[in-house]
Amino acid sequence: MSTESLRIVWIYPDLLSTYGDRGNMLILARRAQQRGMPVEVLEVRSDQRLPATADIYLIGGGEDGPQALGAQRLRADGGLHRAVAQGSVVFGVCAGYQLLGTSFFAKGVQCAGLELLDLSSDRGPSRAVGELAGDVDPRLGVPALTGFENHGGRTHLGPGVSPLARVTAGVGNDGATEGAWRGKLLGTYSHGPALARNPALADLLLRWATGAHQLPPLDDTWAERLRAERRTAVAAARA
Amino acid sequence: MPLRAKVASSVSRTAAALSRAAGRGDGSVIGGWIGLKIDPDLLAHLSAGRAIALVSGTNGKTTTTRLTTAAVGVLGRVATNSFGANMPTGHTSALAKAGSTPYAVLEVDEHYLAQVLEATEPHVVALLNLSRDQLDRAKEVAMMAQLWRAALVNHPDVRVIANADDPMVVWAATPPADPARGIRPPHVTWFSAGQRWHDDSWVCPECGHTIQRSGDQWWCSGCPLRRPQPQWAVEDDGVLDPTGAWHKVMLQLPGKVNLGNAATALAVAAEFGVRPVDAVSRLGAVTSVAGRYAQVERDGRNIRLLLAKNPASWLEAFDMADVAPTLLSINARDPDGLDTSWLFDVDFAPLRGRQVLITGDRAYDLAVRLEVNGVPFQHVRAFGEAVRAVPPGRLEVIANYTAFQDIRAELDRVN
Repeated sequence: MSTESLRIVWIYPDLLSTYGDRGNMLILARRAQQRGMPVEVLEVRSDQRLPATADIYLIGGGEDGPQALGAQRLRADGGLHRAVAQGSVVFGVCAGYQLLGTSFFAKGVQCAGLELLDLSSDRGPSRAVGELAGDVDPRLGVPALTGFENHGGRTHLGPGVSPLARVTAGVGNDGATEGAWRGKLLGTYSHGPALARNPALADLLLRWATGAHQLPPLDDTWAERLRAERRTAVAAARA
Repeated sequence: MPLRAKVASSVSRTAAALSRAAGRGDGSVIGGWIGLKIDPDLLAHLSAGRAIALVSGTNGKTTTTRLTTAAVGVLGRVATNSFGANMPTGHTSALAKAGSTPYAVLEVDEHYLAQVLEATEPHVVALLNLSRDQLDRAKEVAMMAQLWRAALVNHPDVRVIANADDPMVVWAATPPADPARGIRPPHVTWFSAGQRWHDDSWVCPECGHTIQRSGDQWWCSGCPLRRPQPQWAVEDDGVLDPTGAWHKVMLQLPGKVNLGNAATALAVAAEFGVRPVDAVSRLGAVTSVAGRYAQVERDGRNIRLLLAKNPASWLEAFDMADVAPTLLSINARDPDGLDTSWLFDVDFAPLRGRQVLITGDRAYDLAVRLEVNGVPFQHVRAFGEAVRAVPPGRLEVIANYTAFQDIRAELDRVN
């Protein structure tokens, strides 16, 4: 964690913010503030330089054009690579998850990713739209993932990353695994405000950023009710 | 009208009446659906001989259609799909039901604009705005703008009334001329109605560079796309027309957004030869639109219904609502879109300091959102519980589509 406050950067909200992606920034900031951490949030637009000294970087979802443009600008900027080399946390969602890999498809063209995660994405036979659920890698100590997905991509994981979760409902990467992580980098197809339904995942990112082994618990009554309701809905849809 | 079309039109009217009599809705979709099964060209047949205006966009379609119908009504009878049934089945049903009228004003779902342009050969099309809406099944914004643009290229003679404040609409309304292929852009009259929501137009649809904004103005940093000079504009509590004359608009509908809708209605009506000075008083006679803005007295509470379906319309609803106890209701059924992510695109901070109640199928999504937003709230299971939880006086109800219809049903299908 940088010396004075927890710095959270939301990367390119002008390009990559399609499904309430702002939620992840708001949730991280609030959960940090509730633990008494001073927080600084920074929205960096695609015509601005990306600071390399933040603690957490968020990349959201977007349409094909903005995704390709975002990847191009991030490669040219270099700030995110420097930040990762210094141990910053990166959380990528949907298009933002794909572009952390080596390559992805946008408008039918293969585009170079940031090569921060050992994975590549191509087009699936159909669009994956609906509830997404999965059992999270036990090493992360996070309960089941719940979210909503809406993407046409399929993602293939290389040996350099681990799946975030085993899919129990929906498609995720390929119908079997969902998302990926390595070190302090994590990506998911659970789009938009993924952390709203997964407060423990938000806390995982905060622990990575601060080095804290544990954080004081918060009152997550409403989030827990939401999670239970979604779990029931997914089970009912399957029955 | 060919015999097949006549039969189809008559059957369509009967089905709509049956649907209403059976209490299964207002009949505006089922009648058209049956009619189109009998004669797929029915909409084109029913449109022939009428001067038609289409109204499309993400938000404000139903209200603007209602206001435009009132304005064009200066000239004579106007057919319209006043119940928000805005796909070809709804248009067919509305025109069949209206019988022969010299004019028609039709609200069109933005996805169907190309198809309805083709079928109805309208005189005017009004393009209101494009923003994110039900992205789990709807087209993303840039794709929608591209579809509109492609559709307009095929109709160079239609008069376009378009929103100068929305970069996506401006781009859609101005396809480049291509003399080699005989393509000329349509004639566009621009209106300015102000726009609170900017988050879907930071990236230029033409060149991908950043759209810059300053005050009312916007321009692309990478290409010539910029805000055109509007001929119609909202100013104070009235509308400026292209001659520079200002008309006071006294609406019963709340909010600045409805003044913008009024400006659009006057601009569309002007294309039919209606003078704003003749139309403006008719706009003030519109009280509510398919339940939107309706006010109902119940147990000493004055309940007002506001429909808000997507981030842009929530921002407008907060502007319209009084500082009073407010019930928010959210569903995520098929007509609403199944994805509630957009709740995080709305800043609920304007509700701080008001008594806020939440309900609906997806109240918990809203609860998590409001908690992060620092807006205290109370969860209620049913509409009646909300009414009892607030003191006598105004209760503002802001709900998305099916949640709105549920509450409207509790209030006896108020119009």
